[in-house]
Amino acid sequence: MASMTKVPAPGLVNSPEFRLLIIAIAVFGLMSVLSPDRFLSPQNLTSMAFQFPEFAILALAMTLAMMTGGIDLSVVGVANLSAVSAALLLANVAGPEATGAAGIFWLFVAITLALAIGATAGFINGVLVANYGLPPILATLGAGLVFTGIAVAFTGGSAVMGLPPAIAFIGNETLFGIPFPLILFALLALGLHILLTRTSFGLKVTMYGANPRAAFFAALDIDRIILKVYTIAGMFSATAGLVIMSRANSAKADYGSSYLLLAVLIAVLGGVNPYGGYGRVIGVVLAVLSMQFLSSGLNMLQVSNFARELIWGALLIFVMVINVVDWQALRQRRRSVSSGGKT
Amino acid sequence: MTQETSPPFIAMKGIVKRYAGVTALGGVDFTVAPGEAVCLAGENGSGKSTLIKILAGVEQPTEGEIRIDRALAGRLDPRVASNAGIMVIFQDFSLFPNLSVAENIAFASQLAAHRSFYARGEARRVAKAALERIGVDIPLGARLEDLPVAQKQLVAICRGLASDARLLILDEPTTALTEREVRRLLDIIRKLKEEGVAVIFVSHKLAEVLEVSEKVVVLRNGEKVAEGPAAEFDAASLTYHMTGREVAEAAPAPLAPGAETLLTVENLSKDGSFRNVSFTLAKGEILGITGLLGSGRTSLAKALFGLVASDAGRINVNGQDVPLGDPIAASEAHIGYVPEDRLTEGLFLTQSIVRNVSIGRLDAHEASGFLNRKSLIGEAADWLQKLKVKAPQIEAPVQSLSGGNQQRVALARWLARAPQVLILNGPSVGVDVGSKADIHDIIRELATSGIGVIVISDDLPELLVTCHRILVMRGGEIVDETAAADTSEDDLAHRLAS
Amino acid sequence: MKQLLTRNETLVALVIVAFCLVGTLSDPLFFTVTTLSDLLRASIVIGILAVGCVLVLISGGIDVSFTAIAVFAMYATTIFTLGVWPDMPWPLIFLISIGIGAALGAVNALFIAGFGLPTLIVTLATLSIFRGFLLTFVGSDRISALPPEMRNFSRLVIARGNTEAGNFYSLPWAFAALVLVIVLTWFILQKTMLGRSIYALGGSVESARRIGVNVRRTQVFVYVYVGALAGLAGIIHGAMGRMADPFSLVGLELSVIAAVVLGGARLIGGYGTITGTLLGVGLIVLVQNSLIVLGIPSSWQTATIGLLILLGTGIPAYQAKRAAARAG
Repeated sequence: MASMTKVPAPGLVNSPEFRLLIIAIAVFGLMSVLSPDRFLSPQNLTSMAFQFPEFAILALAMTLAMMTGGIDLSVVGVANLSAVSAALLLANVAGPEATGAAGIFWLFVAITLALAIGATAGFINGVLVANYGLPPILATLGAGLVFTGIAVAFTGGSAVMGLPPAIAFIGNETLFGIPFPLILFALLALGLHILLTRTSFGLKVTMYGANPRAAFFAALDIDRIILKVYTIAGMFSATAGLVIMSRANSAKADYGSSYLLLAVLIAVLGGVNPYGGYGRVIGVVLAVLSMQFLSSGLNMLQVSNFARELIWGALLIFVMVINVVDWQALRQRRRSVSSGGKT
Repeated sequence: MTQETSPPFIAMKGIVKRYAGVTALGGVDFTVAPGEAVCLAGENGSGKSTLIKILAGVEQPTEGEIRIDRALAGRLDPRVASNAGIMVIFQDFSLFPNLSVAENIAFASQLAAHRSFYARGEARRVAKAALERIGVDIPLGARLEDLPVAQKQLVAICRGLASDARLLILDEPTTALTEREVRRLLDIIRKLKEEGVAVIFVSHKLAEVLEVSEKVVVLRNGEKVAEGPAAEFDAASLTYHMTGREVAEAAPAPLAPGAETLLTVENLSKDGSFRNVSFTLAKGEILGITGLLGSGRTSLAKALFGLVASDAGRINVNGQDVPLGDPIAASEAHIGYVPEDRLTEGLFLTQSIVRNVSIGRLDAHEASGFLNRKSLIGEAADWLQKLKVKAPQIEAPVQSLSGGNQQRVALARWLARAPQVLILNGPSVGVDVGSKADIHDIIRELATSGIGVIVISDDLPELLVTCHRILVMRGGEIVDETAAADTSEDDLAHRLAS
Repeated sequence: MKQLLTRNETLVALVIVAFCLVGTLSDPLFFTVTTLSDLLRASIVIGILAVGCVLVLISGGIDVSFTAIAVFAMYATTIFTLGVWPDMPWPLIFLISIGIGAALGAVNALFIAGFGLPTLIVTLATLSIFRGFLLTFVGSDRISALPPEMRNFSRLVIARGNTEAGNFYSLPWAFAALVLVIVLTWFILQKTMLGRSIYALGGSVESARRIGVNVRRTQVFVYVYVGALAGLAGIIHGAMGRMADPFSLVGLELSVIAAVVLGGARLIGGYGTITGTLLGVGLIVLVQNSLIVLGIPSSWQTATIGLLILLGTGIPAYQAKRAAARAG
């Protein structure tokens, strides 16, 4: 634990977010130079804007859980369970023929259902953590398997298809020329930012994450904070599930299985302290952008998907080392030979 | 200097230790000879803990030299120190909750012997011998976390004895021990000294160890301020050297006769912690509760604030019963609690000063779902000013403050909530001398303003200068009650440890 | 606390017994040598991985990268052997795989013990680094033409035959590797100062440092050892499956951690036993292979494992929470 109790140094230049901004710009610049005509093409920029929101929203859910010093390993499970439930409703009750007003009506019903399932799933996570004292990592791991398992059982493991055309809107349409998933992500990111910084609840989340014991001694309503955090995280995951469903025009229990790792990675890369108490949405947004620029750019350069995974992992380690190594202390240590102090 | 009978076992010269710009030790000389017992005295923050950490090899000095048996010691790490026979019994025990008693006692010595294989049978033998040596009976196979705190302290002492110690350093060795156990410990110390073992006591309660000591060394603010034969010191002169001033704190203003009762506690019980605790607290009264570590004083303090769920009994504030085991209900009933361990329980160290104050008042500053940050910060800044917190910047992390200022931040949080009953657990632990007196002033002022204050502490002089009345706890029960004016430090010490 | 821990282990043991009872009642063929040998075979790889994993948990860390290490070591060793000396004897092949695993474990150790980074984050990152590196630079094709010695190894059996009812059973020598790993790890944990240091580290890092435990060296050992075990598990997985599949194993890590936690290890470190781990492995393997005999369709397998994790960790966690409230 000791290694992570570092206080974010005050001042813009020293903040992890500033470093991320540099990284994001550097990656963008590098890709633009390496493949100027293709990386900067409108098609590529639009396609990036359609691609990243689904996992970026999951990263927001992860961020919220990590702010409390927890983690939500069930985000993908919740996303898929919500999507599968919505898809089953749409495919079996509405059917692919539902167009026009009927289509929109059923779309809204399905969205409500998905969000309700997301909230319930998140609430269950919260109960396990707050009321039964399970470590978040195990609670959400186990619950995530249960959610995925229910989705598997509902569908027998195959994809649910035959959805009404109206659902394409969530993932594939544009609004005022801006891809709708991007708008959705922007709204959720802004909402989370306001929640964390401008509300009593958000401040309590941060303080709880910084020191749960002190929060208990300060008479904060800890159980309610945790329940709310995981419920909101569940609803974010459900939203991501709907975007995935819309873009794939189907739902399946094992869609987006690589997104779990990616969501953790983005949150940590974005400067969120996995032990809680520090995290900024802007950092997470910058981390998402860096990841997406890197992915797309590497794609243009014909680098395999697997190399992307390698580079993501390396980037994460790199940023962690930069964040943790106390450069100032190192410099001091070099000056005076026998300082000892921090190990 | 002192007259030494034999060449020193340890000689430290010009020891300087700086942490990130803060000087914890500013050039201290220190020696101890075989068979000699030295009292290392000093307030919290005087540098005595740093000095023993350096001796134990846990910390490295910034400057200075250490000689062991006249030979210059190179880099002292825990293993080198322990091979040289330096054994430290840390205040926090430094034991392993998940291991057995036998292993806790014998592990360090097997480690120091550079063994590759763990000899379980031998560990049990060594542990058994060590336990027999101090004459206590603790099951060898018991897991440490299942033991009461006094037994944990005895296990820690046994660990120090288990190896062939040439220097035994005891950091606050008696905080959990009864008078009888302390006597037995002192007998053992005498025997060890005859065997040529050197002993260093680190304590802020020195009266009880002066009788077995030869020499006293007093540290203050990282400097050695006094050194001499133990016979030349008594409790008063030690306090003078430790604090650097004659203690002249005024007792609290006498309680107005017929002050109305604020808090009534009736037959509060918690299985395994405390039993049948009953008392009342009047408006403007300062009530002290004391007892050894493990006497139930901290559990009781927590139970009053609902942090620990009592099994039975009644807590009543202003005629209203307060639900048991619910801190939120307790705080709504205008009870406040400033915990003992500021660093882990009291403060959010990485968070800003202003957040640490305002955390208790967030909901009051929220309108239509959003925080009014201006009024929130304004109120916090107000309280910080009232309590004279010296902070360069209220947005700086609270861990950048000194101990005394940190404690005021913790106080400010609760005062902002306008408590009627304020429970202060160890209000001046880890606070420098000047701030300590200031905090005592604040406590007395709070009482004058009509708040009922409960001070939980084992710092007896502190209780004597702040309280009207003192309750003594032993074995989970209130066994004694006395007016502060009718008792003395010695009398109180005897009452709580007999 | 001791009773609690034992209770966790007995709980798992009871569930296993109940599982077998119900299984036998519903399907008379369940309780046979055939089923037993199937289950034992299925538990070799997950068992070796779990024994490594429990070591990490005891030391107070967590490792999710060991499956990536296992598949990396297996695949890289196979490629190397095929390219350099296809007829290499299998013990040498195994040693190479173990060595690669240990080297990758040392990478984890570098960041964890060297830089003091949190173990979960480091191993999450190395999981994708190892896998990404393997698939990008070593290869991404499934290889079924394994070196002949690996195929020979998979044919070595301790016992094989047909039951009276005519059902085939066999227990491969690979199972001996699991037994060896169990004995060795048990010995390290219980009989060596190194092993006791791992427990001490999990109990309290600061106390361990104060009494002179070399914290970094102990951590390095833990991650290197886990890497080496992963290398062994990987090559056995490849040999027994008669195919070097670079996409296999990864994804199994959460089941392995689940097995270990079911067996009583705690994420806070300091607690965990080999016996408990093996019981946990037994339960997970039972669920993965024989859920159907309980009348639960196999599509519910994932949900069942999740539920088991919640129960297995939830009951002791809830008891601990209640105990903490009682202790005050």
